[in-house]
Amino acid sequence: MKDGFRQSMAWLHTWSGLLLGWLLFAVFLTGTIAYFRQEVTVWMQPELHGSVPDAGTAERAVERMGQLAPDASQWTIALPGERTPAVSVSWRPADAKPNDRAALKRATLDAGTGAVLEPRETAGGNFLYRFHFELYGMPRETARWIVGIATMAMLVAIVSGIITHRRIFKDVFTFRPEKSALRSWMDGHVAAAVLALPFHLMITYSGLLLFMTMLMPWAVDLAYDGDRQAYFAESGFRRAASTPRPAPQTAALTPVAPLLAEADRRWADRGGVGSLTVTNPGRANATIELRPAESDSIGRGAATERLLFDGVTGQALEAPPADPQPAAMATGNYLMGLHLARFAGPGMRWLFFVSGVAGTVMVGSGLILWVVKRRSQRGRAENWAAGPEPFGHRLADRLNIGVVAGLPLAVAAYFWANRLLPVGLEERAGWEIGVFFLTWAAALLHAPLRPSRRGWAEQLWIGAALFTLLPVLNLATAAGHLGNSLPAGNWLLAGFDLTALAVGLLLGFAARKVGRNAFARKSAPAPVLPAGAVVEEPT
Amino acid sequence: MTTLPSRLRFGPDGRRCLDVASRSLAGIGGGYALAAVAAMFLALALPMPRAEAVYTATMLSFVIHAGAVVWAFAVRSRWVWPGLLAPTLLLGGGTWLLHGLQQGAPS
Repeated sequence: MKDGFRQSMAWLHTWSGLLLGWLLFAVFLTGTIAYFRQEVTVWMQPELHGSVPDAGTAERAVERMGQLAPDASQWTIALPGERTPAVSVSWRPADAKPNDRAALKRATLDAGTGAVLEPRETAGGNFLYRFHFELYGMPRETARWIVGIATMAMLVAIVSGIITHRRIFKDVFTFRPEKSALRSWMDGHVAAAVLALPFHLMITYSGLLLFMTMLMPWAVDLAYDGDRQAYFAESGFRRAASTPRPAPQTAALTPVAPLLAEADRRWADRGGVGSLTVTNPGRANATIELRPAESDSIGRGAATERLLFDGVTGQALEAPPADPQPAAMATGNYLMGLHLARFAGPGMRWLFFVSGVAGTVMVGSGLILWVVKRRSQRGRAENWAAGPEPFGHRLADRLNIGVVAGLPLAVAAYFWANRLLPVGLEERAGWEIGVFFLTWAAALLHAPLRPSRRGWAEQLWIGAALFTLLPVLNLATAAGHLGNSLPAGNWLLAGFDLTALAVGLLLGFAARKVGRNAFARKSAPAPVLPAGAVVEEPT
Repeated sequence: MTTLPSRLRFGPDGRRCLDVASRSLAGIGGGYALAAVAAMFLALALPMPRAEAVYTATMLSFVIHAGAVVWAFAVRSRWVWPGLLAPTLLLGGGTWLLHGLQQGAPS
């Protein structure tokens, strides 16, 4: 009976993983890149690469805001840091409603001069971030439901996978690359799953929590009689924007340098000041609020410590207390904060990125494993007479090529389009996204037209070439190339180029391996099934 | 499929298909219903402030749903539907009672 149970779980693991696996692969891959979405956006806007922050950046930005938006009811100034070299500012025009985010005006300032920069129009890393939970070109709520359902399938696949591979700690140290294709794919799949298992569980469960009110509204609707706003207000998730009305008397804004100095001293271990919010600038009741660049706790997110000053006298005011969180919300917020890597430092961000890569490899290798296993079962000598490969197996294999090899190709094409499309093109951001989808569609169409291994090798080689040459493209089209970024210690830009190079080399390695096996397969004997597998009847 | 779990195999392919369909429907649909009712029940029953109870209940409901799907594929076929429906009805009744009590009580 024990074996029956494990086999049921293996079956559930296989099918819950396969049916939404292609979508999950895309979600994992784009979501993993999204950990560096700001960095990706900076790379995609070479116009920002010359911006170099210095000690006077914040003051210059405040001064520039006085010229750009003297009548605004609020300015928000995000200072440059490790993740972006330029100053992002936004302001709320005096006649805009307090909660209307669409009414906000935005601009990008050069950190060294305070000049308004005009970066090329691009969705940047934000497109990949949005795609990973809202897909593209469909109603937002529909897309979120689709991704939410896929996430639940992922959770089921993880739980049933853990039950199937109970001896995970033994299995993870078993890698038998030369035994057989089936065994090495299995070992790779298990290793990618187990090495980052806590991450996979966290990212999947917190992914559901991020959509919790949409996916599971019943408790809220019952306890609050359908008044979700009341729930959000009571649970402290949506702070009512309480911007005091501007006072009629005008007054000059206090110099910000002393306030910044005090905050920087206080937050020396948190990257200093990250952002300033000036409310009612130029009025007698102006206030200046400062926030640190990094939070002391991921879970606190937006409720992190703040410093509040009177905007005219520069006197410290009592900052609104960080909201106390009940245990349940603290737990949920912590998990969601981990998912979003909110305020995470570079070490943490890289750890999550690598774990995300492991998740992508886990899903991809699982998809490939499904096909390899069926091929290896058919590949046994006595089964070759069973006729051509079933349609379902061929379909899965071709989808695997178009998604597992084709999606990285499309991402690389997106970066190439960013540099090759004319800067002044109308709807430029839309064209970049268009190139992404056209490339992906081409990969999906190319796969069924080629023999399986050829299809794999060709798409992997093209992806490898496009990624490996991205640093060269950067050299040809922007000043922030490796020749400048490395000597300057600019790890933001160098990190992108070096990561692209590494991804390109990995894809090339995979392409070489697939290509070599394509030749080896013709003369080598059919792969032998592992001892434990039972072949009962050919299908 | 060559390595069929014995509990999922019921002779002819048609019956097996039906069994898988029934388990899937029970796990996905029935499991969601159970999770939703459990969330509503816990939101009213947990001895915490309202927002916290709702939040905790909703967080737990995803675990319940995933558990229900796994359970629907783990047990013998004849236990699947009764095993999911019974707690759903029980919790539904409990929710109805609690809701009635709390609505009736002067607040």
